[in-house]
Amino acid sequence: MRLLYFAWLRQHVGVSEETVDCPASVETVTQLVQWLAGRGPGYARAFEHPARVRCAVNQTHARPDARVTDADEVAFFPPVTGG
Amino acid sequence: MIRVSVQAEDFDTGAEVARLASGGDSVGAVVSFSGVVRGESGGEKLLALQLEHYPGMTERELSRIAAEATARWQLSAVTIIHRVGVLRPKDQIVLVVTASAHRQAAFDGCAFVMDYLKTQAPFWKKETRSSGEYWIEARSSDDEAAARWDAV
Repeated sequence: MRLLYFAWLRQHVGVSEETVDCPASVETVTQLVQWLAGRGPGYARAFEHPARVRCAVNQTHARPDARVTDADEVAFFPPVTGG
Repeated sequence: MIRVSVQAEDFDTGAEVARLASGGDSVGAVVSFSGVVRGESGGEKLLALQLEHYPGMTERELSRIAAEATARWQLSAVTIIHRVGVLRPKDQIVLVVTASAHRQAAFDGCAFVMDYLKTQAPFWKKETRSSGEYWIEARSSDDEAAARWDAV
């Protein structure tokens, strides 16, 4: 699964993107967040408040209960602040 | 006609407005919105504004928002230009231009595009002030501004 991080999530995690093999038990965005939060202190900090994190699956905004698979591009970022 | 551009370079608002104004016999109204970098933030002088985005998804979201506005208000054209990279106070950040037969559609379409851009398009701003660097927090007033179009 290809993961991308933006803004302060990228700063906490320490990389802008990575490819991961997540356990088969990870089927939704929420489960992916829970798994990622356990990967180290930077991840724990990035995902400390899941309500402050937004997600896109294959470049489309996704809700916490959206399904994810190994073939997906999943991005995590704060609420957007453009314009 | 929809044109979307995410770019580091500045843009020429006059030229973009003129292009849509000359777009065809049915065009009777052209509305534009320009966003510029404020010179202060949080009571401090703003030194720089860094704009980060999600290449690929940004263009998709902007095109989707423009297409929705076009369909909803029968716009003849929409142009969205958004800058990324490091900007300074008074620099232009964003331009939205809408063209339609009559003014209300162009006004409403332009406001709709900006309200949705601010809540859906994946851009993030980081401010450099004299006291340090700060990621800008999303504002609930922006969500409310976008939500008002659901009721219309």
